[in-house]
Amino acid sequence: MTSDWPILTTITFAPLIGAMFLILIPVDSETAKRNVRNVTLFVTSFTFLLSLYIWLKFDNSSSDFQFVERVGWIPGFMEYHMGVDGISMLFVILTTFLMPLCILASWKSINTRVKEYMIAFLILETFMIGVFCALDMMVFYIFFEAGLIPMFLIIGIWGGKRRVYASFKFFLYTLIGSVLMLLAMMAMYWQAGTTSIPELLVFDFPAEMQTWLWLAFFASFAVKMPMWPVHTWLPDAHVEAPTAGSVILAGVLLKMGGYGFLRFSIPMFPLASMDFQNFVFIISVIAIIYTSLVALMQEDIKKLIAYSSVAHMGYVTMGIFALNVNGIQGSIYQMLAHGLVSGALFLCVGVIYDRMHTREISAYGGLVNRMPKFAVVFLILTMANVGLPGTAGFVGEFLTLLGAFQANSWVALFATTGVILSAGYALWLYRRVVFGALEKESLKSILDLSTREKVILYPLIVLIIFYGVYPMPVFDVTNASVEALVNNYQSAIAAVK
Amino acid sequence: MYHAIVFLPLIGFLTAGLFGRSLGAKGAEYITTGFLIIAAILSWVAFATHAFSDAEPFTIQVMHWFSSGNLDVNWAFRIDTLTVVMLVVVNTVSSLVHVYSIGYMHHDPHRSRFFAYLSLFTFAMLMLVTSDNLLQMFFGWEGVGLASYLLIGFWYKKPSANAAAMKAFIVNRVGDFGFALGIFGIYVLFDSVEFSTIFANVSSVAEGNGEPIMSLFGYELDSGGALTALCLLLFMGAMGKSAQFLLHTWLPDAMEGPTPVSALIHAATMVTAGVFLVARMSPLFEHSQTALTFVTFIGATTAFFAATVGLVQNDIKRVIAYSTCSQLGYMFVALGVGAYGAAIFHLFTHAFFKALLFLGAGSVIHAVSDEQDMRKMGGLRKHIPKTYWMMIIGTVALTGLGIPGTIIGTAGFFSKDAIIESVYVAQNAMSGYGFAMLVIAALFTSFYSWRLIFMTFHGKPRASADVMNHIHESPNVMLIPLYILAAGALLAGVLFMGAFTGHEVGGHHESWYNGFWREALVAGPDNHILAEFHHVPLWVKLSPFVMMVTGFLTAYWMYIKNPSIPKELARQHSALYQFLLNKWYFDEIYDFLIVNPLKWLGRFLWKKGDGWLIDGFGPDGISARVLDITNRVVKLQSGYVYHYAFAMLIGVAALITWTMFGGAH
Repeated sequence: MTSDWPILTTITFAPLIGAMFLILIPVDSETAKRNVRNVTLFVTSFTFLLSLYIWLKFDNSSSDFQFVERVGWIPGFMEYHMGVDGISMLFVILTTFLMPLCILASWKSINTRVKEYMIAFLILETFMIGVFCALDMMVFYIFFEAGLIPMFLIIGIWGGKRRVYASFKFFLYTLIGSVLMLLAMMAMYWQAGTTSIPELLVFDFPAEMQTWLWLAFFASFAVKMPMWPVHTWLPDAHVEAPTAGSVILAGVLLKMGGYGFLRFSIPMFPLASMDFQNFVFIISVIAIIYTSLVALMQEDIKKLIAYSSVAHMGYVTMGIFALNVNGIQGSIYQMLAHGLVSGALFLCVGVIYDRMHTREISAYGGLVNRMPKFAVVFLILTMANVGLPGTAGFVGEFLTLLGAFQANSWVALFATTGVILSAGYALWLYRRVVFGALEKESLKSILDLSTREKVILYPLIVLIIFYGVYPMPVFDVTNASVEALVNNYQSAIAAVK
Repeated sequence: MYHAIVFLPLIGFLTAGLFGRSLGAKGAEYITTGFLIIAAILSWVAFATHAFSDAEPFTIQVMHWFSSGNLDVNWAFRIDTLTVVMLVVVNTVSSLVHVYSIGYMHHDPHRSRFFAYLSLFTFAMLMLVTSDNLLQMFFGWEGVGLASYLLIGFWYKKPSANAAAMKAFIVNRVGDFGFALGIFGIYVLFDSVEFSTIFANVSSVAEGNGEPIMSLFGYELDSGGALTALCLLLFMGAMGKSAQFLLHTWLPDAMEGPTPVSALIHAATMVTAGVFLVARMSPLFEHSQTALTFVTFIGATTAFFAATVGLVQNDIKRVIAYSTCSQLGYMFVALGVGAYGAAIFHLFTHAFFKALLFLGAGSVIHAVSDEQDMRKMGGLRKHIPKTYWMMIIGTVALTGLGIPGTIIGTAGFFSKDAIIESVYVAQNAMSGYGFAMLVIAALFTSFYSWRLIFMTFHGKPRASADVMNHIHESPNVMLIPLYILAAGALLAGVLFMGAFTGHEVGGHHESWYNGFWREALVAGPDNHILAEFHHVPLWVKLSPFVMMVTGFLTAYWMYIKNPSIPKELARQHSALYQFLLNKWYFDEIYDFLIVNPLKWLGRFLWKKGDGWLIDGFGPDGISARVLDITNRVVKLQSGYVYHYAFAMLIGVAALITWTMFGGAH
């Protein structure tokens, strides 16, 4: 299906054009800052509305790529090739939805180099959307790696005290993975003679080669997820990143790893995926238990949520490599839900950080006395984070565990202990921050949510509950593509046996 | 009608929760309470029209939830006798508690929040009992857990209340861990989580041919093994929710919540969810004698254990809490021996008299300026006579006062005796143990119940003069719910015994039982409890009665006649006393064995695992090594010519040596 108007290109590059426009706005006066913010908000909101169009026009019954655009670029090598299917489409929506919220969240808290900040975010958005739309391996690679740069700058310039350490750590980890992935892509090109993803999806790589390619891709995606033991960049990056940076990091960037597994590793290297299934299971389970325990002992709110993100991503990798419909559906759902929930949690941390300028848990206590609305919002998010049925967090967690149980009951047994541990760290955090008497002098004049903060948080809350009670709009989109993915995987395995 | 029963509380919750501030506390109270009363009346209508008819069980589809692969889950109600019985229990107690709370929470500044939570709880509980599939049940199951968490921690300024709320949620999650795994297993075995599909296929699955049908944790299980494993996993969920032995520690602490909450959630309804779960899954449990035996064992142990702890507690609410724990044990024993009707009957009667006792205790606490320690009460009988008589009714119902062989008796008399008689005739490996434990527990029950009455209402006042001056009987808004519950505590047994258990003095009527429950409770072909438990020797029939009287007399002797004896006994047997007073040291053992090691491990993994190992040998290590090397390389470049000349000299020497010796071959 080729649409007449290149809608995906429009969505992808609309933020970039917005960024170009921002460059034209001169120097940092107060008026200019206001204009910069308004323009960015407008551009991101516009992009979001545009992206809703593809959801509206999306054909749920098809597992093919839709809205495909394809033009030559470097003859014989890469093409400019875009398209979305049921697996990638909703990630585009997630990205465009979170962006305006991030801009709003930065409204007051970012006051230095506002223009550069907004430009960085807009460019980042283009790259993120590009990752999910690219249907050419090299185009994917460019977007995938280029996204690092604005994020690196956002942490490194607008971050906290140890921002330089955090951004280098972030860069160092991801760089190693990228190099290996690039080598693998070159090998794939030599073998298959094409960089087109749809063509590679039907190409049979020799079994031996699959192993190496799988490992190379794994190195990159595992860092992105992040999986244990290459997760240690995430807590530092989150702690140092500004609020909006954390939201994007947790909400979108982490999902690129999971998306990569679904787009490359499983369909292109099915034999290797099968061979490495147990390996992924083991480190996923370690991630869930290990990071949940670590989260239990954190003293910094953002670090705690960061570790809980790693645990949740453990469910995702476990579900993906369950290699059955329930596991993969659950993983996609878990990624989307986590995008909303953890994004909202970081926004909540931002709310109190903006007021108190500390993330130490011990600096808080008894917030419910002065901030009842905040307490309710934070409670709902905490419950979504522990996977309470009726919130979006439950559906994904349940299905990934169910899928894992079908594949290997031991894995499900260990992974399910995560539901106990998550209740432990999440409720303990809530108790220490929100409950109790308001005793600390510094908190006595703290204010409840402002209108701007309500505008940011309430839609997230509504969505989190809506998608807990009625997740079908998501499953309708993903269903056909996931079933096709699993069928192709199974026939590839059957062909060998 | 069923939509209204389930969703009215939800509407009440949303109204009070979202608009509580603009409605004002009064508005929130009246709206939530009004909705609940309507729901309760409709529940009784449903009970009368469905249970006492020959209507087939049916399903009401509310909405699609989600589907993935061949898993398809709906929001739907399954209406059968078990459901309508639970509707009556939940909505009756809940509406009375709502009314009572108008008086009890009179002074609280956060009343609209309180009523919102109560209605939220009721909604979740209704979703649990009406569910037609395991997943919606799990939704209700965790939903009541959330409401319980919020209500235990309602007074959020109290650190002990916060701790108790957290503990309740987390311990319940331990049970839910098993429940969730059970659901996964059932899905793998039956390809569905809907009760109708599961029950329709369970016989064919159970017949099996000895071939392994499921691989679970390294075992290849045949049909019997698989069903046993799944039943045990589900039962783990039930143990958590119903505070059974090993997972009971949260219930006594939950008494930190306001007393109406204890009456509603921690006595009458939520804690019976585990009993409901096992009864609901009776078609599965009937296929696993092993699982039923285990249920009997846990139930009997809980009944005994909790009763022993109840003997020595001084907090009026904790005594009743341990009593609840113990009575839940009775219900599980009944389930374990296959007497599902008796178990649900006890659940039904217990809801009335236990809610009565808790609300009565609340009335006492209200009267004595929020004091809960019975050592600071005494002699209240004259001051709050109405509450006193209500507590007496609750106590005689709990201890099971009645005349054996006649139809004169309180609610507990019929339901408890039905359980004890069922256990006596049961064939299960644990039934002897169960019988012994339950009879002993009956003695303890009577003792601690009367001890509570005597310490609170009799003897000399031990409260301060200030408190005694302020003492007052509760207002009618609190007393009327007590009267209604008291009527239930007295009459629920004699009115419904025939229907629930098929038992009637002077004969038995299995047809009543079957006509009442129909397909809601399933007894397997080998389950003859129903026919046999009417024919027990006289001494078995008399034993609970004897135990009750003995317990009463002992309490009377120790707390009225010779009030110095308890202290003396405690002194003489101080080890035993401390053991009981400290609840068999379960909290300390769990802290030592589980909580503290996990905290230590978390810190260890963080500091040593992430910090030392991964970062040390990963990014930090690499960057440090790179820095080391560059630093050394930098040092080599000293800028002195003689350093470079020396280096060259050594190089030339090495080169020559190599060509002379190494290159010779």
